[in-house]
Amino acid sequence: MADDKFDTIVVGAGPAGSACAYVLAKAGKNVLLVERGDSPGGKNVSGGRLYTYALEMIEPGMYQRAPLQRKIVREQIMLLDKRAATTIDYFDPRFVEGVPQSYSVVRAKLDEWFAGEVEAKGGTLASGVLVDGLIEEHDKIVGIRAGGEEMRSDVVVAADGINSLLGRKAGLFSDLEGHAVGVGIKETIELPDSVISARFAVKDDEGVARVAIGCTDGISGGAFLYTNKGSISLGIVFNPAQAAKQGRHIQEILQDFKMHPAILALIEGGTTIEYGAHLVPEVGYRGIPERLHREGMLVIGDAARFGINTGLIIRGMDLAMVSGLAAAQAILQAKSTEAVGPIYIDKLEELMLLGEERAYQNIHQIFEIPHVFREVPKLANEAMQFLFAVDGKVPTPMVQGLMNVVKRNMSLGQILADGWKAYRSL
Amino acid sequence: MSIKRLSPEESLALDKFAVDEGKPHIIVDKTICAHCTDRACLVVCPARLYRLKDNQISFEFAGCLECGTCRVMCSEGGVTSWNYPRSSFGVSYRTS
Repeated sequence: MADDKFDTIVVGAGPAGSACAYVLAKAGKNVLLVERGDSPGGKNVSGGRLYTYALEMIEPGMYQRAPLQRKIVREQIMLLDKRAATTIDYFDPRFVEGVPQSYSVVRAKLDEWFAGEVEAKGGTLASGVLVDGLIEEHDKIVGIRAGGEEMRSDVVVAADGINSLLGRKAGLFSDLEGHAVGVGIKETIELPDSVISARFAVKDDEGVARVAIGCTDGISGGAFLYTNKGSISLGIVFNPAQAAKQGRHIQEILQDFKMHPAILALIEGGTTIEYGAHLVPEVGYRGIPERLHREGMLVIGDAARFGINTGLIIRGMDLAMVSGLAAAQAILQAKSTEAVGPIYIDKLEELMLLGEERAYQNIHQIFEIPHVFREVPKLANEAMQFLFAVDGKVPTPMVQGLMNVVKRNMSLGQILADGWKAYRSL
Repeated sequence: MSIKRLSPEESLALDKFAVDEGKPHIIVDKTICAHCTDRACLVVCPARLYRLKDNQISFEFAGCLECGTCRVMCSEGGVTSWNYPRSSFGVSYRTS
């Protein structure tokens, strides 16, 4: 392999890298896709849900070949108190009509499939290969070093994930900062498909995506639950800086959440079969590095810190794929290696990725509102308790009762301040 | 089996690891950690590989989930080197 020269080397066979390599291979380019995991997906963890529009952009109908899990027909929001829970369930069959809007996914399966698609188009996949560094000549990136070997190409695409060691080695950006990431931890819980469908009131090919707050010991963050085929993904994403101050270990907080009676009822009888952890970009547009390219190199996907999290919508894999597509289009269109980078940025605009990021650029500030993660969910549940409890005694008048609940949890000043902050974020 | 509270060790026992014996991919300098008061690593490492022993930080690289949280949260620079494990070593997820 040492003497081979490729048109493009893509580092990292996740959604970004495989999307890029697939489009290039399909266009007849000689592409090497390098993956450090023994098989693609082996190093990856995501919630996870994939919005299908991204696959449709790469190739219409492609989603039908992908090993997707359940198409999401129920969107749920859960507010937890110590023992009580309030769940909002939005059922919308329009989300699964035609090309379903989104599917739950398991990365070991999805990533392995996608890299296989690259191979089917003539790309070369090298799994179990850690890239140690970049080859730089005359201020230009001209290849990679891996295990004592050198491999050369016109362009190196760094799709090496949120920790992007390559982006930093190339001097494009500095390391992540604690406030700009979330640390996600998750258990995969095996359960028979029929049990999942019955408990979540969905058909066997349909599923649920749930977000939850009030389960993080007051730390900025939230939980997620996705139904897969034969398993449930259950986890929490924490702001690590707040978690550090708070003092309880995050794995222990996940155990509390898992054992919450309202959650336990959904997973009871199941078996935890895997525990994973991963960092996620959390500040959206403001977290994207200023420099995502230099001559001979592009950065895509998590490595470029593309992410959108509104608290309800959590996106990463779709943006990764779109950025991979943008990179591939730039490489195909550019007449010289110098031209690739600027065209890549233009393509990110054209494919609307940057526009979407900008539209949500202040949204992460809602995660800095102090009472959202403890007092608000507690207040919601106490209000429900007041509204539904019957004990045969003369009840407090409705308005006064609700006001009492509010006052017990938050002051009027806090509510106004939080409300103002929320308004400004949106 | 049924759902139960898992310790960090029990959680990690579910995962598949190939440990690169004697070749840690993360290097921690305990003399730097000795001056650290934040010690975020103790609570934010998902695998709980940073522990306090006799008031000293101890670190075990086997069981690392390769997430990067310790490096990002390390305030005093005690994590002096952070890399991915060599090819074919480390964690291999099957269902995540």
